[in-house]
Amino acid sequence: MAKLPKPEELSKIDLTPPKTDWMDTPVVFKEGMFCHGSKPKSLEIVGFPNPREWRPADADWKLPENWKEILLEGIADRLKKYRSFRLFMDICVRCGACADKCHFFIGTGDPKNMPVLRAELIRSVYRKEFTTAGKIFGRMAGARELTVDVLKEWWYYFYQCTECRRCSVFCPYGIDQAEITMIGRELLNLLGLNIEWIAGPVSNCYMKGNHLGLEPHTIVGNLEYMLDDIETVTGKRIKPTFNRKGAEILFVTPSGDLFADPGTYTAMGYMMLFEELGLDYTWSTYASEGGNFGFFTSNEMAKRLNSKIYAEAKRLGVKWILGGECGHMWRVLSQYMDTWNGPADFLEVPKSPITGTVFENAKSMKMVHVAEFTADLIKNNKLKLDPKRNDHLKVTWHDSCNVARGMGMLEEPRYVLKNVVNNFVEMPEDTIREKTFCCGSGTGLNASEDMDLRMKGGFPRANAVKFVADHYGVNMLANVCAIDRATLKALMEYWVPSVGVCGLHELVANALIMKGEKERTTDLRGEPLPGIEAKEEKA
Amino acid sequence: MKALVSLIAVLLLALIAYAGASVPAMRFLFGVVIPYAAFIIFVVGMVVRILKWASSPVPFRIPTTTGQQKSLPWIKHSTIESPSTGLGVIARMALEVLFFRSLFRNLKTQQVGDGTQVAYGEAKWLWAAGLAFHWSFLIILVRHMRFFIEQVPAAIQMIEGLDSFLQIGAPLFYMTDAVILASVTYLFIRRIGIPQVKYISLIADYFPLFLILGIAVTGVLMRYFTKTDIVSVKVLAMGLISFNPTVAETISPMFFTHLFLLSVLFVYFPMSKLVHMAGVFMSPTRNLANNSRMKRHVNPWNYPVHVHTYEEYENDFREKMKGAGLPVEKE
Ligand code: HEM
Ligand code: SF4
Ligand code: SF4
Repeated sequence: MAKLPKPEELSKIDLTPPKTDWMDTPVVFKEGMFCHGSKPKSLEIVGFPNPREWRPADADWKLPENWKEILLEGIADRLKKYRSFRLFMDICVRCGACADKCHFFIGTGDPKNMPVLRAELIRSVYRKEFTTAGKIFGRMAGARELTVDVLKEWWYYFYQCTECRRCSVFCPYGIDQAEITMIGRELLNLLGLNIEWIAGPVSNCYMKGNHLGLEPHTIVGNLEYMLDDIETVTGKRIKPTFNRKGAEILFVTPSGDLFADPGTYTAMGYMMLFEELGLDYTWSTYASEGGNFGFFTSNEMAKRLNSKIYAEAKRLGVKWILGGECGHMWRVLSQYMDTWNGPADFLEVPKSPITGTVFENAKSMKMVHVAEFTADLIKNNKLKLDPKRNDHLKVTWHDSCNVARGMGMLEEPRYVLKNVVNNFVEMPEDTIREKTFCCGSGTGLNASEDMDLRMKGGFPRANAVKFVADHYGVNMLANVCAIDRATLKALMEYWVPSVGVCGLHELVANALIMKGEKERTTDLRGEPLPGIEAKEEKA
Repeated sequence: MKALVSLIAVLLLALIAYAGASVPAMRFLFGVVIPYAAFIIFVVGMVVRILKWASSPVPFRIPTTTGQQKSLPWIKHSTIESPSTGLGVIARMALEVLFFRSLFRNLKTQQVGDGTQVAYGEAKWLWAAGLAFHWSFLIILVRHMRFFIEQVPAAIQMIEGLDSFLQIGAPLFYMTDAVILASVTYLFIRRIGIPQVKYISLIADYFPLFLILGIAVTGVLMRYFTKTDIVSVKVLAMGLISFNPTVAETISPMFFTHLFLLSVLFVYFPMSKLVHMAGVFMSPTRNLANNSRMKRHVNPWNYPVHVHTYEEYENDFREKMKGAGLPVEKE
């Protein structure tokens, strides 16, 4: 692996395009900018085509004989299935409004990372094969032949898009490059051109229920460690249940939160909150993944993985489902789950057993985001909170792309945050809410071999954090996304080392005054609470 | 280079029309045959294009949410930016189509400080020029209706009145004429002036700009400078819509050039990016309500898929599950 350059070097970005026309500028695979190719086993397990050993940097990708035919048929098929695709191929006016909105363009200056050019990569082939003008006028009409080099270019740049939808916010027609990338990756998967960092988790999730491949006993074991830590901090022993039939609520969260910090602190936060409420809920080891890496391969795969959530809710006979903090998970749940695997008519309209609030906004898909759930609790004064326990933190809020632009959940987490911390500062307006910047590592790009790409793509986010860190002394970046918790941590260590990363419910749990708890001296991370050291000295 | 090719193409087209229409025998071709053909191609082309779009379903409800979802009653819901009802969608679309709402958000990414920081500045010129261009285009189109209607309706007269309220020149000067020339010129200048925009531009982006500029310029020349026999033009126009066209000798070649370029635009329209005019209304990231959690969206091609069932899972892990004290279905 090439060594990651220093931040001062990486931030020297040249945004001027090269001299040669983009169609005449061949793709160069730069070390650190792409991920390892998928392993045959990962593809075989879920029945994806063309499983084989291959390396993206190799000249020969071991494509099937009729690869071109497969792709063109694949395009034709998807043009018939998705109005979005057909429309987005036709109506772009190349006004360039989206061009400098992509974090990958801002961070790399590579013109093919402008959303409009990323789309042109595939649009040019669409013109050639599916439009009269393209067939007649060829290159004059912006058309080009599909060749192996073009295919490689697709692969390189569709795995340099995190499907964050920021471009779509600014486009006068709402052209969504995320949609085009999704279809592009689906096409690549027809030829077995996946990355292992996606293919591995997908096959894990299919067989074992979660991306990390945690087996049932490991899940229980991992939670036990967290319960020990909770006991150390609060003096309370919590006993969550698993796969329990007859529970009122099934709780599903991304497996990342069960595995590594700082996600684990968020998972501890959930359990403390639910314990305090006396919530009748269960974890599931079968539906132990809220996220969905299948979404980064194909629509069908995403549906296959997603099916477990409703299936498990039905098997356990719960009334409704509560979902943890995650970004793409909530895009999938909000905009796809009910359509794929619904109707979930065996469930009831979610109703908070604590406040009696009925979540009308989820009355069909029957799943509530934990930030919505907690916001309702706080509004109804059901929690005793001591935000002073978070006084050592100056917090800013990262809106996760999918939650912001594929769901519209902006205020609920802010409301919760403002009630559990005293120091909250927003980042600059053009970098938050619907204009939020991606962490740079979404859609399965959070591997270790593509650190250059990740640090470059995350640069605009980091740059905004740096701004509030420099001006207001912000030292904590909170969010509701498991991938963010893993990727922003690396991003902050690289660009803004003074800032940590945490989930919303870690902060909730820190502030939460639990019945019968001992006096807390540390936060969930085991760090002394503000004022504690001083107190001890006096005593 | 691409711009030059487009410019030459448009100049050539204009020349063909001008020279052609100078030959009396060709006037019928340029005044009647080509406009009819172009109109038919436009209508059929657009209908085909729209039907093609419409024939592909919208399998998922994928609005790009640009505001707060409807959730708890005490949280202020952004009824337009994240609409939950049809009415909200209509408002959102109206803002898009009439005022280019999304383009209004435009920002400019700037490198600041020692070049290692970025900031985002205002960038409303594209929005302003785009809006000015489209609105003046529309108003000019509506004004032209006077040629096709015997008794010019009051509404059109009112628009004409407003458009010429400056009351300068004879014939009265229309503001939209200046606006369309200026805005199209700006759109062209930014296309070659902003390096990234230049880089993404195709011939297909320059050509319509020059074409429209050509139409506007010939129109302006005719109205304010070279003049033509306006009465005969109206007779021709009325004849065209009543399928009984007569082409008077007195109509100048400049008029035929104007008409020919317009005909080219009509033909070009359905097979180019200009179809965005119709497409914008069908964009699923904008024209759908953000209510997929409240109301199930149905995918017409949803099909059953292979899943890994709980039963299979338990079979794989039964002993481990029992060991960890987890309940199982089968002992
Ligand atoms: C309704 C929403 C619409 C939006 C947001 C929109 C936006 C745009 C934009 C951004 C451009 C590109 C300007 C440039 O950079 O070159 C453009 C070009 C154009 N639009 Fe629209 N437009 C809309 C509707 C229409 C309609 C209804 C017409 C009907 C006449 C139309 C006709 C054109 C034409 C002829 C151009 C050509 C200029 C060029 O190619 O750049 N547009 N439009
Ligand atoms: S903003 Fe939309 S129309 Fe403009 S270049 Fe980008 S994708 Fe095309
Ligand atoms: S979806 Fe996000 S990552 Fe992809 S092109 Fe658009 S802005 Fe860039």
